[in-house]
Amino acid sequence: MEEALKSQVHEHAPAQSFLGKYVFSLDHKVIGKQYYALALVSVFVGMVLSWLMRFHLVWPNAKIPGLALIAKTGAPGGIITPEYYLSLLTMHGTLMVFFVLTNAPFAGFGNYFLPIQIGAEDMAFPRFNMMSFWTTFVAFVVLITAFFIPDGPPISGWTAYAPLSAIGKDAGPGLGWGQNLWVIAIGIFCIGQLLGSLNFIATTLDLRAKGMTLMRMPISTWAWFITSSIGLLAFAVLLPACVLLLLDRMAGTSFFIPSGLVVSDRLQNHAGGSPLLWQHLFWFFGHPEVYIAILPAVGIVSHVLTNSLRKPLLSAKVIIYSMMSIGFLSWMVWGHHMFVSGMNPFSSLLFSFPTLTITIPATIITLIWLGSLYGANIQINSASFFALGFISMFVSGGVSGFFLAQPSIDIYLHATYFVVGHFHMVMGVAAIFAIFAGTYFWFPKMTGRMMNETLGMLHFWITFVGTYCIFMPFHYLGLVGNVRRYASFVDDFMPALMPLHKFITIAALTTGAAQFIFLFNLIHSRFRGKPASANPWKGTSLEWSVPSPPPWNNFGREHPVVYHDPYQYGLKGSTGDFVMQTSPEQILNE
Amino acid sequence: MSSTIHSPAVLPRLSGPSKGSESGIWIALFAITMSFAAFTSALFIREASTDWTHVAAPPVLFASTAVLLLSSLMMEASRRELDGNRASKIEEQGRRLAFVAATVLLGLTFVGGQYLAWRNLAAQGLYLATNPNSSFFYLLTGVHALHVLGGITALLYLFIQLAVQKSVGRNLLRGVVVYWHFMAALWLYLLVVICVRL
Repeated sequence: MEEALKSQVHEHAPAQSFLGKYVFSLDHKVIGKQYYALALVSVFVGMVLSWLMRFHLVWPNAKIPGLALIAKTGAPGGIITPEYYLSLLTMHGTLMVFFVLTNAPFAGFGNYFLPIQIGAEDMAFPRFNMMSFWTTFVAFVVLITAFFIPDGPPISGWTAYAPLSAIGKDAGPGLGWGQNLWVIAIGIFCIGQLLGSLNFIATTLDLRAKGMTLMRMPISTWAWFITSSIGLLAFAVLLPACVLLLLDRMAGTSFFIPSGLVVSDRLQNHAGGSPLLWQHLFWFFGHPEVYIAILPAVGIVSHVLTNSLRKPLLSAKVIIYSMMSIGFLSWMVWGHHMFVSGMNPFSSLLFSFPTLTITIPATIITLIWLGSLYGANIQINSASFFALGFISMFVSGGVSGFFLAQPSIDIYLHATYFVVGHFHMVMGVAAIFAIFAGTYFWFPKMTGRMMNETLGMLHFWITFVGTYCIFMPFHYLGLVGNVRRYASFVDDFMPALMPLHKFITIAALTTGAAQFIFLFNLIHSRFRGKPASANPWKGTSLEWSVPSPPPWNNFGREHPVVYHDPYQYGLKGSTGDFVMQTSPEQILNE
Repeated sequence: MSSTIHSPAVLPRLSGPSKGSESGIWIALFAITMSFAAFTSALFIREASTDWTHVAAPPVLFASTAVLLLSSLMMEASRRELDGNRASKIEEQGRRLAFVAATVLLGLTFVGGQYLAWRNLAAQGLYLATNPNSSFFYLLTGVHALHVLGGITALLYLFIQLAVQKSVGRNLLRGVVVYWHFMAALWLYLLVVICVRL
C-alpha cells in the first residue's frame, strides 16, 4: 500500500518557479487557496450586485455614481432600468450559487483539507486538479465578460428558464450574447466541477493512509466525499442541458422552444420544443446543487463544533448516515421547484413526499448538534460562534421549507419574497456562516498565523444580527404577497411595504460593510497575525499533526498511520483532553 | 514492483500501482452514463410532441457497429497480452503493438463510419435543426463520437508508451480497456435508441 502511494502521488517535485508555485500549481493546497480566492472575489462582486438591487428597490430614482460607465444602456445616468435590475439579479444568483457556494466550502476547503485529513500527499490526479481550477476560472471570466458587452448580462435569472432564455435577443436585453456567455460559462463550470468531483472521489477511495478506514474519516471529509458523488452526477446532467440550450440558441434546434411562440411581435422560427424539459433538466441538477452547497457546510460545522465542544458529538456516525440519506433523497425532489410550472398535480404530490422526508435526516443532524451542546465545555471563539450561527440559520431557514414543500401552500408563496427568505437563509447565508467558521478555524493551518479574535467576534455579531434583520422580514413580505423579481413596488398594496424594504436595505448595506472587517482581518492576519503552532485548537484529526502551514508534500517523508476515530475529545490523554488520530496511545472503550 | 521488471531480457509488462487511472475511469463512467441518461430523458420528453417523425438509421451504422465491436475484441486481446501473469518475451513486443494499433485503426474507422452516416442524413436533407429526430441523431452520435475520439487519444498515448518506454502502467492500461469497452456498450445502447425511438 505504502509502495503504491509513493509511486502514485507527488510524482511532481516541489515547483520552483513563480508560475509553477502559485499559478499553475499541482499542489492541492495552492489549488484550494485559489478556489477560495476566486470565491472571495465572487462573493464581493455578488454582494455589491445585491447592494445595487436593494438600493434601487427603495430609492428607484436615485443616481448611482459611476454605474453608467459599466452599464450605459442598463443604467443611463446612473439610474437602474427594470431590465438591468434583472441582469443584476441573474448575475448575483449565478455568482453566488456557482462561484461562491460551490467553490468555497467544497472545492476550496475540500481541496486543501481532504488529502491531509485522510493522510495523502496530494490528490489522486494533481494535473486534473489544476485543470479543474483553471477551467472554473475561465468560466468566471466568460461570465463576467457579460457585464462589458454592449447588450449587458442576461435577464433570465440564475435558472435561465426556457423558452425566453433559448430564443435570443427578441426576449429582451442581455438575451443575445449575454445569455450565450452565461450558457457557455456554466457549461465550462460543469467541466471543472466534474474533474474536481472525480478527483475527490478517487482520492478518498484510493489514497487513505494506513489505518484510515472509511469510518475513521472526519465528518468534513465524509461531507466532501458525499458532495463530490452528488456533484459528479448533477453536473453531468447540467452540462448536456447547457449543450441543448446552446444548440437551441445558436444552431436553430427546438429542444425547449414550443410551436407558435410569438415574442416581441415576432413568430419564432422553432417548433415542438418543451419549455418544461429545461426545468426538469435544470432542477434535476439544481436541487442536488443545494446539497452541494450545504453538505460541505454541515461537514465543516460538525468538524469545528466537535473541536469547540471538547467532546465527541452524540453520534458522528449518525450524522454521516444522515448526510448519505440527504444525498440519496436529493435525486427525488427536483419537482418541488416546479409546483407552479403546470406539471401534473399528482406529480407535485409525488415530489412533495420525499421533500418532506428529507427533513428527517436534516432534523436528526440538527438534534445531534444541539444535544451535543449539553454539558460541553464550549470554547468561545469566532470559529465556534460561526458554527453555532450556522445551526441557527439552518434551522430558521429550514423551518420555512416545511411550508414550501407542500404544493398547496407553495402555489401561494412561490413567486413571493417568502421563497427568497427561505433559500437565502437555509442555503446561502448558512453556507456562508460555515465558510466563515472554516476560515477562522483553519486559517492558522493554512497560513501559519492566527486571525484576530476581537475583529472576528465583531464580524460575527454584526453579520449574525444583520442577517436576521435582512432575511426574516422577507418571510413576512412573502406572506403578505410581495412578489419577487420585480424592480419596483409602486402598485396596489406594495407602497405600504416600503418602510420594511428600507429597513432591509439599510441592514443589507450595514451587514455587507461588516464583511470588510473580515476582509481586513484576513489580509492583515496573513502578514501580521500572531504565529500559529501546529495545533492551536488542540485538534485530533490529521491536519493538526503537520506543521502550519504544511510542507509541500504534507507529511514530509513519513507516511502517517491512523490509530483512532477522528474525534477523541474529553479524555485524559498524555497531551491534554484529547488524543490525536496518529497517536498510538491506547484508548479504553473505543 | 521488483527490479527485474526493468531488466532488458524480460520486457516490463506492467508497472505502477494497481489503482489511480483505473478508479478515475470507473468514476468518469458514472458521469458519462448520467449525461447520456439526461440526453435520453430529453428525447423521451421531446418525442411526445406532434412534430416527432422518424429517421431511418443509415445502414452504415450497422457496419460501424461491427467495426467498434471488433475493436473491442482487439482491445481485449491487447489487455490479455499485457496484463497476463506470465513473463513476456521481447519478441512479443511487435504483436502487442499490433493489437493496440488495430484497436486505434478500428476506432478511427468507426468514427469515419459515423461521418458517413451524417453525410447520408444530410443527403436526405436532414440537418441538425431540420426536425427533432435529426437533432437527436446528430446529438447522440456526435457526443458519442467525441468520447470515442477521447478514447483514441488515450490509446495513442498507450501505444507511444509501449513503443518508446517498452512498458505501460497497469492502471493506465486497465483504465483505457474499461473505457473502450464502455464506449462499445454505450454505442449498442444508442443504436437501440436510434433504431427504436428515432
